[in-house]
Amino acid sequence: MTTIAMVRAAAFGAGLAMLPGGAAMAGTYDITVDRIAIDTGDFVKRGVGYNKSQTPTILRWREGEEVTINVTNNLSEETSIHWHGLILPFDQDGVPGVSFEGIAPGETFTYRFPIVQAGTYWFHSHSGFQEPDGAYGAIIIEPKGREPFRYDRDHVVQLTDKHPHSGARIMRNLKMMPDYYNRQQRTLFDFLGDAAEKGLGAALADRGDWGSMRMMPTDIEDVQGFTPLINGKGPAQNWTGLFTPGERVRLRFINSSAMTYFDIRIPGLKMTVVQADGNNVQPVTVDELRIAVAETYDVIVRPMEDRAYTIFAESMGRTAYARGTLAPREGMEAEVPEMRSPPLLTMADMGMAHGDMGHGAMQGGTHTMPDGSVMQGAAHGHMDHAGHGAADAGGDPFYAPGSGLTPEAANGGKVLSYADLKAQKPLYAHREATREIELRLTGNMERYLWTINGVKHGDSEPIRLTYGERVRFKFVNETMMTHPMHLHGMWSILDNGSGAWNPVKHVVSVAPGTTVYMETEVDAPGQWVFHCHLAYHMEAGMMRKVIVEGGPAAKSASSAAVTGG
Amino acid sequence: MTRTAGFAAVLAVAVASPALAESPFWGVQVEQFEYRAGEGSDLLAWDLDALAGTDALKFVWRSEGEFALDEDAFEAMENQLRLQVPVTDFFDAVVGVRADTPEGPDRLYGVIGLHGLAPQWFEVDADLFVSDRPVARFEVEYEGLITNRIVLTPSIEVDLPLRDDRAIGLGAWGPKVEIGARLGYDLVDRAISPYVGVHYERVFGATRRLARAAGEDDDAVYLVVGTRLMF
Ligand SMILES: [Cu+2]
Repeated sequence: MTTIAMVRAAAFGAGLAMLPGGAAMAGTYDITVDRIAIDTGDFVKRGVGYNKSQTPTILRWREGEEVTINVTNNLSEETSIHWHGLILPFDQDGVPGVSFEGIAPGETFTYRFPIVQAGTYWFHSHSGFQEPDGAYGAIIIEPKGREPFRYDRDHVVQLTDKHPHSGARIMRNLKMMPDYYNRQQRTLFDFLGDAAEKGLGAALADRGDWGSMRMMPTDIEDVQGFTPLINGKGPAQNWTGLFTPGERVRLRFINSSAMTYFDIRIPGLKMTVVQADGNNVQPVTVDELRIAVAETYDVIVRPMEDRAYTIFAESMGRTAYARGTLAPREGMEAEVPEMRSPPLLTMADMGMAHGDMGHGAMQGGTHTMPDGSVMQGAAHGHMDHAGHGAADAGGDPFYAPGSGLTPEAANGGKVLSYADLKAQKPLYAHREATREIELRLTGNMERYLWTINGVKHGDSEPIRLTYGERVRFKFVNETMMTHPMHLHGMWSILDNGSGAWNPVKHVVSVAPGTTVYMETEVDAPGQWVFHCHLAYHMEAGMMRKVIVEGGPAAKSASSAAVTGG
Repeated sequence: MTRTAGFAAVLAVAVASPALAESPFWGVQVEQFEYRAGEGSDLLAWDLDALAGTDALKFVWRSEGEFALDEDAFEAMENQLRLQVPVTDFFDAVVGVRADTPEGPDRLYGVIGLHGLAPQWFEVDADLFVSDRPVARFEVEYEGLITNRIVLTPSIEVDLPLRDDRAIGLGAWGPKVEIGARLGYDLVDRAISPYVGVHYERVFGATRRLARAAGEDDDAVYLVVGTRLMF
């Protein structure tokens, strides 16, 4: 019955079995963690980099390989590397204080684990603000078998939001003044514009509504003033990926930003999404896609003309853009579009304009009616009960109906939605969840306090899971911000109504005013963390420790050892 | 066995050092640092908060003063040490001490108060200064964005003596009111924001009678030029 799960377990077992010798396939990789200067084209800033470079290091591994990675800490403070999205023994996961002690200055730590998956992933420091300061890189894992799509060449397109301030300073400023970096607040002139357009009464009432909540409709990007980079290069430095016209080019988008979601498009090209968070999905062709912080999407594009194409990634709040180029030859450029006007949150994003989104309401697939019958999802049907307004209007069911954040394609075409993601080949047999855990995403913008169920990480009890169970997590976003939730060590199966074909991810982004479900097969013993991947939300407390109890002893830790330096 | 030991070691580490424990933060906010030019003596004035602490408990040093340039003397010199604890989403309760050490008699008060953000973005301080001659104070400030860098900040501060304190010119229930409007420009982030503005003071009731008896004006208006600072 659970053939897939068994095959996978066997593969995992085989991986572990190779531990002592690693004879079949083993690679050793060295990474140094260094203080470097980062030049964005707009400013030069001291930061952290791997292998003395602001160009992200790319690790190329093979599925089934036993990797050994020597990480040498050349900083004057502790560091760590977390292998984002990788399934591995918990003591190799790289979270100081949870998986291991961290890597002391001057020390070389050796990670060793089997590679039991394929796809595009990334890695980053889990210590302090080293990741926003520049400590991130890419991972490409070649699959054992054939991939269900063809391409002629591939490029990593790794995005980040490099800020002139250090992470520690940003956190301090946000705590002192939460709107420190918000330079898109509504002004007197906006008010006069609103009054001219809607009438003075309506404009006043609108200001009054937001003011009574002490919230801002412009609160979309907490930290503005950054320069987005693609593969370490700012818009003016124009990272360029080469192609030969007619080739299929695989772009491995990775969002390594501290805080920034991007809307990515390549004017003149359709993108066929073939992988999300490292797992193959049934291909879906789009004009534009929104990538949450810490997500990855692999797309295939086929430029036919002998000309340059711009990769254009606007931040969700439209405060900055990343820009790169696909070109047949170095030094070519294509037109760089204007950024679109910034969105405004609506009362729907405050959770004010609708009732409980409830079960299945967010889902574009099948929906079980109270009488037990199953009806087609919002994408096809005409559901008229609460929570389906946006879907009915052709909007994205993963945004609150009437949300100001719902993405739209610049050319009026198709934007990728979570509802479009269907697993290419289910990783696990589909089964009922054994229990549900509700995680309300909560916070207080004025105090820059970000919490889960109203409690900061530091004051919280760990989430205890039992090996072998399948847990259904219910995220209820009670804040006005979008939170990319990331569980370490185990897969996050996003419930988008596709049943057995629900996509398997490592980050689930939860838009304001929505409820989203994901399920996890608890198959990794040890202790992990579960957190919002916005760096300053995590630091402010939107995080939990997760303890998986039980399970085979052999899986509870690897045999890797710390070596002195 | 080794693995079990490894697991135990990591657990021990995790218990000993709470993962990613919250780190305290600090900062200084100088709301007013300005030159006041009026009919009488020109003044240097400041109003600042320096804070350090965590989400749960903040320690604030609040300093306000006026230095009269002609007289070469502190007309006002007030320092408070305040402990702030959150009591609602938007308000902190305050306890502390206040020491006034201007030219003339000194005063010492206990402080109890509320500090926070009222609906419609009004920044509010309500304090009771406790002594045998207590004083209540209510302060409201609003940041009006003309643009995202040009900010008009109107403010009002009312000091209400609850008993006579003639030695320092306070008459029971005779309020002292300060009204200001400052137009600033965020020059460097929010760290340096120079401004120009007006500052108006007036005393009423018993306090006004005391001022008149001492041959002082019951009101004063100043043009101000200064800068907000934050670091
Ligand atoms: Cu968050």
